[in-house]
Amino acid sequence: MDVFNWSYAAEVFPTIFRAMFVTLGITLAAFAAALVFGLVLTLLRRVKFKPVAYLVHGFIEFVRGTPVLVQLFFVYFAWPMVPVIGFKMTAVTAGIVTLGVHYSTYLSEIYRSGIESVDQGQWEASRALNFSKTKTWTKIVLPQAIPPIIPMLGNYLIVLFKETPLLMAISVNEMLMTAKNLGSQVFSFVEVYTIVGLLFLLLSYPSSLLVGYLEKRMNNRYAQKAKKVKKEDVIV
Amino acid sequence: MSAAEIVEVLSRGVTVTVSLMLVSGILALVVAFVAGLSRVSGLKIVRFLTTVYVEFFRGTSLLVQLFWIFFVLPQLFGIRLDPFMAGVITLGLNYGAYASEIVRGSILAVPDGQREAAVALNMSKTQRMRLIILPQALRTMLPGFGNISIELLKATALVSLITLQDMMYLAQNLRAADYSLSLKVFGILLVMYFVLALPLIVLSRYLEKRASRGVANT
Repeated sequence: MDVFNWSYAAEVFPTIFRAMFVTLGITLAAFAAALVFGLVLTLLRRVKFKPVAYLVHGFIEFVRGTPVLVQLFFVYFAWPMVPVIGFKMTAVTAGIVTLGVHYSTYLSEIYRSGIESVDQGQWEASRALNFSKTKTWTKIVLPQAIPPIIPMLGNYLIVLFKETPLLMAISVNEMLMTAKNLGSQVFSFVEVYTIVGLLFLLLSYPSSLLVGYLEKRMNNRYAQKAKKVKKEDVIV
Repeated sequence: MSAAEIVEVLSRGVTVTVSLMLVSGILALVVAFVAGLSRVSGLKIVRFLTTVYVEFFRGTSLLVQLFWIFFVLPQLFGIRLDPFMAGVITLGLNYGAYASEIVRGSILAVPDGQREAAVALNMSKTQRMRLIILPQALRTMLPGFGNISIELLKATALVSLITLQDMMYLAQNLRAADYSLSLKVFGILLVMYFVLALPLIVLSRYLEKRASRGVANT
């Protein structure tokens, strides 16, 4: 038995490489959904009408407390049977929706930390300047809340990327599914699964280095700002 | 099939899910401390090798690792593992890698003055770590461990894909037998997983609160 058949590996590589773009497409679509829905969840949690806030909080805890795989099966197989609001989705859409909703609950926590770190004085100032609620959010709060959390959001993009192989359970043709199909033709999974693993490493390791770099730069930037303010205080 | 019957069938998988979580949790904890301490070791080669291990497991997908250990290891090295062992090893090594980052971060977060004070008191390296650094680092580690335990419980559902008969696997069987049960089966399964996770969620929220108590914010 060949331990690692290089010529076979070279033969299947292009197919797996092409499937990588499916994986990347799903990752980006799900992350975009998570970014938007996460912000909606964060804002809903701050609604004055308490039952809504509690309901959203309960939803977040529930989604964070249950496995993505089960949620995926729920969305794909069970959601069409839900009366009134249920509808059928293709496997890819179901995957994007599930990953999007699941990670939106994680992102909403990050948004929350970003919003809470905006200085109270900023809210007061925009009220003093007679800004409307929408304007306060879009012109004052969010522009200050989002940039510091970008590295953390980037971390979750990588986490989400590594979660996409789950979609093979509902036979979406992403990298791992493609590898499985290829491997079962010749009853050898050594080459295909190794290639998939290496491709994941190749994409996610540099990305995590980039996120680390961004984190450092962000920290420096905000630390410098803080220092500057202090210096001016001293001069005055 | 009534809801009660479904719960009855699915609960046969609880033992597998919970024991898998506990055994791989213990392995992850051991790995986390070994790897976490190695990453702050004075020996460059030890640091390097652990970093490779940690980045490797954090950089690839959990499911890919599970498939690799279950399907590729037997072919490559003739090591045949039963699904439970494969699950324990994959989950233990993967979450051990994540948790080792928590151990490392907490050790590094202990103020340097503590180490200096221990040096001044003529403590040996081991004494410094055991008596001064670790006890203080432990309290910052706990909330992180709480969160990881929730993630670990959720990740156990993956082993159904390598035919281990946990709750998820039994649910898939039920659905395969009767498609019209999908909504009930997966609805109940979600609730059952949440009930299992609930004590962990409460515990980690409590640990988070406790960690910030009685410590000067520096």
